Amino acid sequence: MRTELAEKPVAEAQQPESMQPSLTLREIAIRYGFLALLFGLIIFFSLATGGFASPQAAVFILQSVSITGILALGVTATLVVGGFDLSIGSVATSAMMAAAYMMVILEQNALVAVLVCLAIGAFVGLLNGLIICYMRVPDLLATLGMMFLLIGLQRIPTEGRSIASGMTLPDGSAAEGTFSPAFLALGRHRFDFFIENLVPASVVVLLVLAVLIWFFLEYTRFGRMMYAVGSNARAAEFAGAPVNAYKIWAYVISGVFASIGGILLAARLGRGDIASGTNLLLDSVAAALIGFAVLGAAKPNAFGTAIGALFVGVLLQGLTMMNVPYYTQDFVKGAVLVIALVFTFALLGRRN
Amino acid sequence: MAQSVVFNIAGLGKSFGPNTVLRDITLALRAGEVTVLMGANGAGKSTLVKIMSGVHQADRGAMQLEGTSFLPGTPAEAMRAGVVTVHQNIDDGVVSALNVATNLVLDRLNNTKRGILFNPHRIRSEAREIAEQMDLSLDLSANVNELPLADRQMVAIARAMAHEPKVMILDEPTSSLSSKEADRLFAFIDRLRERGVAILYISHRMSDIRRLADRIVSLRDGRITGLFEDEPLDYEGAVNAMLGQELSAGHAAACAASEPIFTASGVQLAPGASPFSLALGMSEVVAITGLVGVGKTQLAEMLYGLRHPLAGSMQLDGKPYAPRTPADAIRRGVFLVAKDRARTGIVPDFNIYKNMSLPFLPRFSFFSITQRRAERAAARAQIENMGIVCRSERDDLFTLSGGNQQKVTVARWLSQPSRMLILDEPFQGVDIAARHDIAAKLRESAKERATLLFLTELDEALETADRILVMSEHTIVGEHRTSEVDMARLLAEVAGANMQGAA
Repeated sequence: MRTELAEKPVAEAQQPESMQPSLTLREIAIRYGFLALLFGLIIFFSLATGGFASPQAAVFILQSVSITGILALGVTATLVVGGFDLSIGSVATSAMMAAAYMMVILEQNALVAVLVCLAIGAFVGLLNGLIICYMRVPDLLATLGMMFLLIGLQRIPTEGRSIASGMTLPDGSAAEGTFSPAFLALGRHRFDFFIENLVPASVVVLLVLAVLIWFFLEYTRFGRMMYAVGSNARAAEFAGAPVNAYKIWAYVISGVFASIGGILLAARLGRGDIASGTNLLLDSVAAALIGFAVLGAAKPNAFGTAIGALFVGVLLQGLTMMNVPYYTQDFVKGAVLVIALVFTFALLGRRN
Repeated sequence: MAQSVVFNIAGLGKSFGPNTVLRDITLALRAGEVTVLMGANGAGKSTLVKIMSGVHQADRGAMQLEGTSFLPGTPAEAMRAGVVTVHQNIDDGVVSALNVATNLVLDRLNNTKRGILFNPHRIRSEAREIAEQMDLSLDLSANVNELPLADRQMVAIARAMAHEPKVMILDEPTSSLSSKEADRLFAFIDRLRERGVAILYISHRMSDIRRLADRIVSLRDGRITGLFEDEPLDYEGAVNAMLGQELSAGHAAACAASEPIFTASGVQLAPGASPFSLALGMSEVVAITGLVGVGKTQLAEMLYGLRHPLAGSMQLDGKPYAPRTPADAIRRGVFLVAKDRARTGIVPDFNIYKNMSLPFLPRFSFFSITQRRAERAAARAQIENMGIVCRSERDDLFTLSGGNQQKVTVARWLSQPSRMLILDEPFQGVDIAARHDIAAKLRESAKERATLLFLTELDEALETADRILVMSEHTIVGEHRTSEVDMARLLAEVAGANMQGAA
């Protein structure tokens, strides 16, 4: 319950408990402003363009934000414990390259490829957590270093080339393996939902992960402790929490989520493309930070992150349908992020 | 030695909002004399220092430096006039990335009249001059961050001496030094004294005070409550004036000792400290008192698994007790209300009920899913019980006053049954009314556990405890039943009288 109590002496603010504090206009703006803006945008685009209000368009938006959304949900976990993970983009692309390498060059099946990717994500997250907690490297620097390391590492096995079926290997022979249909289905299969072939698998993965991480952070004692660690690590330690373990787990979650994003990216592209995924880091961090402003939370939260990702998707799709040129996209995303951050820290920050 | 008054304070007063921090302070500092200023936390020492050094301005009263009015608007102005302060935090006084020579002449480098070019030869020769004046035998080309703390502190003081100060204020300069390092610093301070500087020395450490003081001023609640300058100095009297208890008769409720629930034997807290033993009875409220820095917090943290004793063993409920983490301690029913709640107690982003349930989340969870209804009911019961002023259990903590925040942190640990409840300075930053509420609840609920309080303020200990233990130099030096307390002996123990004989 966010109220204006802080502005008056508490002793005078004593009220019967039955009296519900009424929200002022400013509080309503803080809590619901961002959601209202989102609905406003949807209505505006629906009126301004034909076809925006269709189920297909809605699914398309979800699909366009599914991978960044998953990465953003992972980075939310690290933000909750007061950390940050800059390596998520490169974990995703490394996972994509690893999946392609497993199937095309080592000729493994889809399950092996997926498991290897998840293991890479978990291992990188564990490494990040250990470096940050035990080597005392600041989170931004540790994960920045890891980002560079992975960007370089993923190019070494193929000597800097993308991976596709039939590619020429360094020894001159052609790669025999192919992406398995089961793996490609992760990126291309569409489930029936009222309309045939409507919902892509990646959207289902996004929704499931969003609900999972939201429930984990909001309703389990582990999530609660992670918030406590992020808000005051020493108080959490004095309350009996193994602070470093929670931090390390947050980075593992972030790494695993990023690798899931990478698997979906590989399945969508059907190749291991070294040039793809350059925007993943910035887009997903932006979604998580926009999430601070949702419902006036002023802290990282899974629901806000999902809304933040959706907001960017709606805006870009709407503007595209209104024939706004593609090269303005990054500018629009940046502007939304700056506005959301100002909203969060200038309006909400005042209460502290 | 004919001593002339260098610095004179008359009728000084200062308020922050409704809080009067200093009232009618009158004090004279004389050349070549070390005046020790003693005061408990919140007595107003640092405010006085800040006014003298130009950080704050006084509301009332006047200061004079060598007979002329002294009203510094900024620290730089005070420094130019000849009042120099060396702060507690050593690294505020030196730039650790630079070498000794550069540090010594740093203030001269800031002089706008100098050219923009840096002349290393000139710096070295100027630095050598300063070092020779001060008898500072250090390698001038050494980097400050490679020096031991005492040397750094001396560089900071020598650097301050370059201003040729008339008054030097040293704010707890030994708080992070070992006793050997402190000895070197004292020799250095003796040289300052010989050079005729008036020194105001702020410290809690009785050993420092015995070594250096020419006179002692005790400050309490913003007033000067004692001035001691006759030989031999009355150290117990100074401590008494600083703690200021009115020798109230111990309260009658002291319970008879029962079978011990917790025992510690041969526990050693710090290298070189004497081992001690400790036994706490069921339903007993025991206060451990002693000056700041004698190891009270170390002992509290050791009992709670945050640090480990160098030697000795502990038993709880007849079984060995050696917590490795706070989680171990909590499982055994040992709870700690830690000192400095903002840093160690409160999660600022959480509301009241989430703060209260934090250590007990496993008990409030069903298959790891938190049961908010149960958490809120428990919090409501504690709000009622402790009389916490708030609108509901969902209020954010930062909306509460300091006293109510402290009630929340205490209520958190009262909300579940414990075997031993430890409270480290639970009344710090709490008004009288809240303090009485908290103390009453502690006594009321004390039946089924042992309660251990760590208190610097003697009157708080006399008011709340059945038994008082005195700590000094990381060990327990005395024991008193509150009902038959011998104040003279108690104060002598607090002031470290036994060490004097040993030294």
